[in-house]
Amino acid sequence: MRKWLVEQEFVAERDVDRCINCSVCVRQCANDVHLVDEETGCVLSDSQSCVGCHRCTTLCPTKALTIKSAPQEFRENANWTADRIQGIYKQAEGGGILLAGMGNDRPWPVLWDNMVLNASQVTNPSIDPLREPMELTTYLGRKPDRIELESDGNGGVSLKTQLAPQLKLAIPIMFSAMSYGSISYNASLALARAAQAMGTFANTGEGGLHKDFRQYAGNMIVQVASGRFGVDVDYLNIASAVEIKIGQGAKPGIGGHLPAEKVDAQISATRMIPEGSDALSPAPHHDIYSIEDLRQLIFALKEATRYTKPISVKISAVHNVAAIASGCVRAGADIVAIDGFRGGTGAAPLVIRDNVGIPIEVALAAVDTRLREEGIRNQASIVAAGSFRSSGDVIKAIALGADAVYIGTAALISMGCHLCQKCYTGKCNWGIATQDSRLTKRLNPEVGTRRLTNLLRGWSLEIKEMLGGMGINAIESLRGNREHLRGVNLSDRELNILGIKAAGE
Amino acid sequence: MTQDIWRRDAHRKWIRPEKDQSGCAISGIMNEDGSRISGEAIITSIENMHDRGNGLGGGFAAYGIYPDLPDHYAFHVMYDNDAAREKTERYLADFFDVEKSEMIPTANLAIIRRRPLLVRYFVRPKDEVSQRHYDLTEDDIVVSNVMYINADIDGAFVFSSGKNMGCFKGVGYPEDIGRFYRLEEYQAWMWTAHARFPTNTTGWWGGAHPFGILDWAVVHNGEVSSYGINRRYLENFGYHCTMQTDTEVIGYLWDLLVRKHKLPIHIAAKCLAPPLWSQIERLPAEEQELLRTLRIVYGGALLNGPFSIVVTHSGGMIGLNDRIKLRPMVAARKGQTLYVSSEEAAIRIICPTPDKIWRPAGGEPIIGRLQSKEVVNA
Amino acid sequence: MKRIFAREELCIGCRLCEIHCMVQHSRSRRILTAMLHEKDILTPRVKVQESGQLTFALQCRHCERPRCMEACMTGAITRDPATGIIKHDEKRCVGCWMCVMNCHCGAIVPGRESHVASKCDLCAGSDTPACVANCPNEALIFEER
Repeated sequence: MRKWLVEQEFVAERDVDRCINCSVCVRQCANDVHLVDEETGCVLSDSQSCVGCHRCTTLCPTKALTIKSAPQEFRENANWTADRIQGIYKQAEGGGILLAGMGNDRPWPVLWDNMVLNASQVTNPSIDPLREPMELTTYLGRKPDRIELESDGNGGVSLKTQLAPQLKLAIPIMFSAMSYGSISYNASLALARAAQAMGTFANTGEGGLHKDFRQYAGNMIVQVASGRFGVDVDYLNIASAVEIKIGQGAKPGIGGHLPAEKVDAQISATRMIPEGSDALSPAPHHDIYSIEDLRQLIFALKEATRYTKPISVKISAVHNVAAIASGCVRAGADIVAIDGFRGGTGAAPLVIRDNVGIPIEVALAAVDTRLREEGIRNQASIVAAGSFRSSGDVIKAIALGADAVYIGTAALISMGCHLCQKCYTGKCNWGIATQDSRLTKRLNPEVGTRRLTNLLRGWSLEIKEMLGGMGINAIESLRGNREHLRGVNLSDRELNILGIKAAGE
Repeated sequence: MTQDIWRRDAHRKWIRPEKDQSGCAISGIMNEDGSRISGEAIITSIENMHDRGNGLGGGFAAYGIYPDLPDHYAFHVMYDNDAAREKTERYLADFFDVEKSEMIPTANLAIIRRRPLLVRYFVRPKDEVSQRHYDLTEDDIVVSNVMYINADIDGAFVFSSGKNMGCFKGVGYPEDIGRFYRLEEYQAWMWTAHARFPTNTTGWWGGAHPFGILDWAVVHNGEVSSYGINRRYLENFGYHCTMQTDTEVIGYLWDLLVRKHKLPIHIAAKCLAPPLWSQIERLPAEEQELLRTLRIVYGGALLNGPFSIVVTHSGGMIGLNDRIKLRPMVAARKGQTLYVSSEEAAIRIICPTPDKIWRPAGGEPIIGRLQSKEVVNA
Repeated sequence: MKRIFAREELCIGCRLCEIHCMVQHSRSRRILTAMLHEKDILTPRVKVQESGQLTFALQCRHCERPRCMEACMTGAITRDPATGIIKHDEKRCVGCWMCVMNCHCGAIVPGRESHVASKCDLCAGSDTPACVANCPNEALIFEER
């Protein structure tokens, strides 16, 4: 059946007065939107397959191109919106699950935008980070409730307590799990290098650790996911920390699938699977059907690494996330990473991405509150994930109780991603979510590293400014300090769950 | 009859939901040899900083004042009304052996108005209570009962609960409060005083400083920007902060670190006002590890923002500034006497020629230790 | 001397280097004017070489022993003693194409401008040649090696 009911999503408009027929757009579009008319030599556009990634408009030297939403309008209908109708056309034609890349794009409320921060006035001084020290150093890992000292009898003391292994972060922002496979070699390399340059950590995702990236292992967290790709004892021991991936915010309850055509020699070697075979991650870990099974895996990993690495458990934010997180801590997790429902992905069923899970703001607040009520908050660090768009979101998460955050989408955007949501097609024009060698070389890893580093530096400067404004000079004094947040336009119930007062209180 | 003297409403209505913010003056005198002096000197010292307060709160802590009953917890309680007193006394009788109870002596000063009913009790937990709570120390039992009375008995407030020491406080300028409580008639080896300049709470007798729990008393000048997390950190360990004041969390933090976690005073000071990471990195390896571990484990106890505090306990006195010294604090010594104050003039007025006078660096604790448990009259 | 080096593993074959080279050497030096009205007389002095997926931009290597200079019968090609740049004087060029034939990397092309040879001058006078400055993937670098 011809796919004649599906309308095009975008129109590539060409200003012929500005077009110099240089064909840069033709060479850059992996979706074959632009073409050279053989008779006239003029460059034309056929927008049917345009995904709105803006690669052509960015590279067009005369800015002759504009990408617009397709003007084709359906009869106005508040219920049957264009995307719902189009979704049905696509499924009527294809009969499959609708796929989507990146995070939830539905207009759910973003609670970060309903929270405001405090600043000092009169009764205490704000601190100028340009002139005074401002400390962002953060340690992730299990902490004892108290330390024990030994007296030497002459008034001196020495430390008796030996701390569990900790990850030292120069800034409380890490790169979330993105596997080599879901993103390109160059993108993975840029993330690893930027993490090293900024004293933070990148996460391998479930794709294993390419042998070239082992030199960055001091700044890498390795994942053990349901497919166990690339996991062996060296992989565990070379890393800085090991993360058990239970769930992902974009697709709670769902596994993963790296299609066979992406599994080339390099990815095959890194994932330890045959070349050209599908890499399927089951929805659950088939050795974890309960909390006691999780405990066994946590301790198996601790044994394998001789108790020298913190073990993290990453869960997606779902309805009873607080109880689940508490269980993870009691099962031995040193770090609990919570991924909210706006978190990104390379591919997820659209209906799951847009409808399953809860926002990170409430999940984080609920987990922090729950762990404190149980008196076990010290036993694990909390890492929040799931769409941090600016340093403002990050600092609000820390005030709600996060020790650190993971950024994924923001990191990809800094490398050029335009959120076209077509990661799953393998045709990423920005060279990020693709394994096509013609496309992957579009991301220069040096440029990627520099841009990621700049982003982290910019955000850390902003965090320091905001901290200074609040009269705080160490990040741990903001962590969980909800006195510095107020809610605007939130219900009493939401304020209660977030544990913050309303603005004006 | 007491109903209309002080109370218009239950005292909890005086505590606003927002955190207390106040400017202040603090002063402390300690004779390390244990010799005792009257309250005249400390009143003179704090009076010299009259303008740092605004008449909405003043108070004192005195150590060694009850030598006749040194092993009993001295509860200083303020009541809204007789009903609260009756209820509290019934409650006390259930859990404590009350050795002695009496009205706290006061002078009639025209300037001090709306005074509550002030009673003190010398108590010890009953044997059967101690046995039932075999997993708690006597101190723990006292703390939980004080918290119960303060949170759950309407119109009663225990503002001092240590042994052989007492807090005296109220609404007014501290020099008037001192004379109201007739402090010149007490003999103590250590005195602290506080003048308050609250910016957002109504003057309430219980809200004046010092804050006291067991034999800890805290006078404090500043605003702790980390209050929210300090408070939540303390909740992990069963402390319920009901006063919305920084002073309260500081008092509980000292109690947690020193009494419960058994950290030496100078180490506890490093938890509250730790060195910067960059300073830690320059220290010898062993010290580095100790301080790094302290910061990692006690991050929730870090007091951020401007403060100068004088913390007193039965073993001595600690003066401490925030780590970047955003509030004034001066210390002096003359012979066996240690002085700590917000202003140098407040020391010089009672000790014109100290042997040594200095401004301690931020985060560097001034520690005075009682050398002898034998206290003597000057 | 500083030369332009191509990093073929990063070249994305967009040919923006060629366009910006032409603009840089146009009369107007404005992209729209140059590409819409002067294009007929402009020749890019850098050329993207393509073979399958392999692409890289090639321009005059400014050789130590320039065969083009040896072959030039009018002395139009000279070495700048100060910078080492191999320069081409269009006024003296007679369009015999001996240089084109002698260049071992094909970096000199017959130009459309008044029938003279066209070659890279490293955008003499600017700190960074136009092709290097405008490469979107930093696949061209200008450095001493």
